[in-house]
Amino acid sequence: MPKQPPKERERLTTREAEKLRTEGTDRLLRELVAHLRENRTMLREEWARRITEAQLLTAMTKEEIFAEATSVYDNYVEVLETGSVEALQAYARNLSERIIPRGVETHEVLGIVLLLRDVLARSLFKKYQADFELLNRVLDAYEPAANRIANTVGVGFVQERERIIRQQQEAIRELSTPVLQVRERLLILPMIGVIDSQRARQLTEQVLRGIRMNRAKVVVMDITGVPAIDSNVANHLVQTVDASRLMGATVIVTGLSPEIAQTLVTIGVDLGKMNTVGDLQGGIEEAERLLGYKVELVRM
Amino acid sequence: MEVPILKQGDYLIASIQAALTDQDLLMLRDELAERVGKYRSRGVIVDVTVLDVMDSFASRTLTATAHMLRLRGAETVIVGIQPEVAFAMVQLGLTLEGVNTMLDLEEGLAFLDRELKKRGRPRAK
Repeated sequence: MPKQPPKERERLTTREAEKLRTEGTDRLLRELVAHLRENRTMLREEWARRITEAQLLTAMTKEEIFAEATSVYDNYVEVLETGSVEALQAYARNLSERIIPRGVETHEVLGIVLLLRDVLARSLFKKYQADFELLNRVLDAYEPAANRIANTVGVGFVQERERIIRQQQEAIRELSTPVLQVRERLLILPMIGVIDSQRARQLTEQVLRGIRMNRAKVVVMDITGVPAIDSNVANHLVQTVDASRLMGATVIVTGLSPEIAQTLVTIGVDLGKMNTVGDLQGGIEEAERLLGYKVELVRM
Repeated sequence: MEVPILKQGDYLIASIQAALTDQDLLMLRDELAERVGKYRSRGVIVDVTVLDVMDSFASRTLTATAHMLRLRGAETVIVGIQPEVAFAMVQLGLTLEGVNTMLDLEEGLAFLDRELKKRGRPRAK
């Protein structure tokens, strides 16, 4: 139900009059929809032209823009007619799913919906320019519905984006750090990417579970792929080393970049307990030594 | 609840069966110190597999026990700390400094064998 403008409310006080007025709105909306259907081709083209002019949706071709514009236009008219945004919501979600991977930005989506709103409003101005009172009432009927539509599409787009972001975060968390056994009782953890507190905590838990499950004696944590470390993460690293020791395993940290080494020294992390080796190869060799392996080169 | 202490060759094995009160822990400490002398044991294993929490008093007591037993001539190793317990402990800063820790009983026995061999005192058959 569209919000009543204050001016109308002042004039019509009784319930009877209210009902009349509501019916009036319905009738006006019907008239509006008929007008939009009639001028579908013209308005749609005008809209597509304005989109190109404003340099929105640059990631899409002209034909694609026109096709999407047609769907949005029809959905738009349908919402005006039925007052139900459900179909539009579903369409907005579907549209977002298709265009987000192509790099369409939020301001573009909001921009095109607001442009359509503008194009239609202008056509209404033109049609009712002779009768100001009627134009006023038409806009009373049109504006709330149009706002609702813009809102629905914008929210749908942002929700879809957020859903994708959440999904990706989840994927990063799940996949980022495998715990691999490379020899009997030797695990390696190739850590890649930025590590925040939450991920560091998860890593620690993963390492400890891995130690238990594989009965590991030595764990090599390779942080070659970690660009930077802060004091929280460094602390977690130390905790991982300590906790692993409590479970009878030794941790070897490898691949500390010069930057990370400098950070660790600057923030004064106690590295006395940490067993560090330059690179992963060195780490694995050290681990083999600890485990009593002797690797020999056999020439054929 | 009292902790059963088993004698196995040169070693004593204290296998904790249920959550311990502070009193139980002190009793365990005294009992181990007593028996190490009595049996002339060279190694002690404290199995904490069943514990799902290790507070600061427990860690302090176990650390003290390990140091006491070393003075009495036996090497101590704590075995069976669970992943969750280990994680919680380090977050509380309880790292059992200077105490040997191993994955489980089997590892603990292997560790003691290695240690005593290193010191040139092979395990009595």
